[in-house]
Amino acid sequence: MSDAMRLSVFKTYKLYVGGKFPRSESGRVYEVTDSKGKWLANAPLSSRKDARDAVVAARKAFGGWSGATAYNRGQILYRIAEMLEGRKDQFVREVAQAEGLSKSKAAEVVETAIDRWVWYAGWTDKIAQVVGGANPVAGPYFNLSSPEPTGVVTIVAPQESSFLGLVSVVAPVIATGNTAVVIASEKAPLPALSLGEVLATSDLPGGVVNVLSGRTAEIAAPLAAHQDVNGIDLTGADEVLAKELEVAAADNLKRVLRPQAVDFSADPGTHRLTSFLETKTVWHPTGSLGASGSAY
Amino acid sequence: MASAFDYAPAPESRSIVDIAPSYGLFVDGEFTDAADGKVFKTVSPSSEEVLAEVARAGAEDVDRAVKAARKAFETWSALPGAERAKYLFRIARIIQERSRELAVLETLDNGKPIKETRDADLPLVAAHFFYYAGWADKLDHAGFGANPRPLGVAGQVIPWNFPLLMLAWKIAPALATGNTVVLKPAETTPLSALFFADICRQAGLPNGVVNILPGYGDTGSALVAHPDVDKVAFTGSTAVGKAIARQIAGTRKKVTLELGGKGANIVFDDAPIDQAVEGIVNGIFFNQGQVCCAGSRLLVQESIQDELLDSLKRRLSTLRLGDPLDKNTDIGAINSEEQLARITTLVEAGEAEGAERWSPACELPTSGYWFAPTLFTGVTQAHTIARDEIFGPVLSVLTFRTPDEAVAKANNSQYGLSAGIWTEKGSRILAVANKLRAGVVWANTFNKFDPTSPFGGYKESGFGREGGRHGLEAYLDV
Repeated sequence: MSDAMRLSVFKTYKLYVGGKFPRSESGRVYEVTDSKGKWLANAPLSSRKDARDAVVAARKAFGGWSGATAYNRGQILYRIAEMLEGRKDQFVREVAQAEGLSKSKAAEVVETAIDRWVWYAGWTDKIAQVVGGANPVAGPYFNLSSPEPTGVVTIVAPQESSFLGLVSVVAPVIATGNTAVVIASEKAPLPALSLGEVLATSDLPGGVVNVLSGRTAEIAAPLAAHQDVNGIDLTGADEVLAKELEVAAADNLKRVLRPQAVDFSADPGTHRLTSFLETKTVWHPTGSLGASGSAY
Repeated sequence: MASAFDYAPAPESRSIVDIAPSYGLFVDGEFTDAADGKVFKTVSPSSEEVLAEVARAGAEDVDRAVKAARKAFETWSALPGAERAKYLFRIARIIQERSRELAVLETLDNGKPIKETRDADLPLVAAHFFYYAGWADKLDHAGFGANPRPLGVAGQVIPWNFPLLMLAWKIAPALATGNTVVLKPAETTPLSALFFADICRQAGLPNGVVNILPGYGDTGSALVAHPDVDKVAFTGSTAVGKAIARQIAGTRKKVTLELGGKGANIVFDDAPIDQAVEGIVNGIFFNQGQVCCAGSRLLVQESIQDELLDSLKRRLSTLRLGDPLDKNTDIGAINSEEQLARITTLVEAGEAEGAERWSPACELPTSGYWFAPTLFTGVTQAHTIARDEIFGPVLSVLTFRTPDEAVAKANNSQYGLSAGIWTEKGSRILAVANKLRAGVVWANTFNKFDPTSPFGGYKESGFGREGGRHGLEAYLDV
C-alpha cells in the first residue's frame, strides 16, 4: 500500500487542564491556520469557565509541587527535555507551520527550547542558595532567608514565539515550585497544546501546568481578576491589554511581570526565576554557650 | 496586681529637643513654604498640644521636588560608590550623635513610649544607614550582575507608626544605590523627617538628593502619579497599596509595597509559657499594636488555653500606660484621633459579633488619644476582629488542637506578613515555619528587626523586601 493511498489521522487539539485533555466546556473551537492562511486545525476556544477550572487545578497541584524537593523538580524538568527530544520532528513541523519558519530554522528553535528545559532543570536546586542565605543580625539570633514560590501564576505566553517563547516563560515559573495557567499564543496555539501531551508523559503532576487556547484578552481578563491567582506574567499581552490586566491584578496585589522586549534565543538569566518568588525570613534565638568567656 | 508597685514619675527631659513653631518643605536643600501657602498642624497625641505648624505640599511642590531630585540624580548617580557611602556613613553617625534628641522628638510627635524610641527606633535607624552605606561601593558583588544601575527618582510614602525608621528603610537603600528621593512623611508625624533634612544638611549631602514633602494623602498621590518618578515605595494600608498598584499600571515605574498584616502568634502546648507570654505582649502591645507585623491573632493550643490566658492577663495587669516620655511607660498614646476611632469601631464590632472583651484595670489620661490593652477570647475565624487589621493594642485569641489546624488558621488571611511560633520542639518549628505563608516568621521570639534581615510580605501584605541584600533590588534596574 503506497503512502499516497493512506489517509492520515488528524489530531484533535485539546486543552491541558489538571493533567487531563478536555475540550472547552463551552464547546467552542476556532480555526488555526499556518502563516500562509492554510487551515491546520480547530483549536479549543476557551471560556472564562475553562480559565476558572484551570485555576482550581493549579491551586490543587500547588501544595504537592511546591512541597516536592528541588531535586525532584529538577528531575522532572529534565524528563520534559527528554520527552521533547524524542518528539522533536513533530514540534519542528508544528513550529515551522505556526511561525512560517524553514525546517532548519524551526529545528534550531525547537532545540533551543529543549535546551532551555535542561537549563531550568539545573536551576531548581540552586536558586535558593543564590537568592537566599543567612543574615548576620546584630544579636543572638539565627536568621535565614529562603525563597518560596509565589503560588498560582497566570502566564500570557508570547504571541509570536509560539514554542521557544512559551517554554522560556513557563519553565522558570514552575522550576521554583509555582503552578501555572498558561494562555497559549492566540494565532499559533498548536505547539503549546502539543506541549501539554509532553508534560503529561514527563512525570509532571497534573495541574502544575495548565494550557488554554483561545482569545488572549477573553481568557486573561478573568485570570487577572481571579482572587486565587497570585501572579501574572504579561509577556504576551499588548500595551493596552497589559495595562488593563495590571489594573485588574492590583485587586489582590498579584505579582506582575510586565511585557518587555525579549530575545528568546539569548541567555535567559535569572530574572524570570526570581519574578515569582517570595522571601521568607525565619528568626530563632541562638542562646549562648561559654558565656563565662572560656573558649572550651 | 495592678497596684503591686508604685513608680515615681521618671520623665525624660524634653528640653533636649528644640521644636520650631513652623517648618517648611525641604526641597533642593532649602526649607520653603508650599507654593499655595498651605500649612497644617502636628499635635502630640498624648496631650493634644500643638507641636508645630508644617507646610503642606501640593502638586506644584511635588513637581518642583521631583525636578530637583532629577537634576541631582545626574551627579549623585555618577559619584563613585565609595563617595556615596561616605555621605551615608556621615548621616549614620550624626543620627547616633543626635539620637536622644530624635527619640524625644519622635515620642512627642508619635505618642509612643520613650523606652521604644530610645531603645528600638533610633538604634535601628542609625544601623540601617550604616548597613546600606557599606553596600554603596559593593553593588557589583551583590548578585545582580555587573554594574547594576539605579532607577532614577524614587517617590517614597511612609506611615506614622515608625516615622524615622520607615524613612531610614526607604532612604538608605535608595541613596546607596545611586537614586535620589522625594519622601512624604505621614501627616500626623512630619517632624522627625524634617529634622532628618537638617541632618542631611549637616552631612553636606548635595542639594536635591533628598527632598522631604510633608502632606496628606493627596500629596502622596501626586508624587506616585508624577511622570518623572521612576520608582515608588510605599508603606501603609493595603487599601492604599492597591490604589497605588492600579495607579502605576502600564507605566515603567517599579514599585514595592509594604502593607497590612494580621500576624498569627502560634503557641503550642510545650512552649515555655513565661517566654511565650512576653512574646505575645511584645507582639501586640509594642508601639500600641500599631505595627503592620503585629502578632494580632493569638492561636493557642486548646490544652493550655486557660493556663496561658491566666498568665497573659496577669502580665497585662502590670503594663503601665501613660506619659510616653516617662521612662517606665509601656503603653503610650494612640497616634491620632482618627486611628483611635478606627480601633474603637473594630473593637465594638468584636463585641457585637459575640467575642468576649477583657482589659486590665487601667486608668486612661484625660487628654490625648488612649486605648487600654484589650484582648478578645471566644474569637472565631469569621469574626471581623480575626480578619481585619485593627492596628491597635487589641489581641484576638483563637484556639487549635493540631499543628495542621494551627497552620490552616494562621494562613487563613488575605495578609501574609508575619507569624510567630512558640514550641520547644525544633522539628515542629521548622515544619510549621515552612508551611506558614508569611514573609517573616519569628520562632520563640517576636518583633525582632535588623538591617541585614529582609522584611516584607506575602499575598496582600505587599511585595518587595526591605533590608539586607534583598532590599537593594527595589532600587536597582535589575
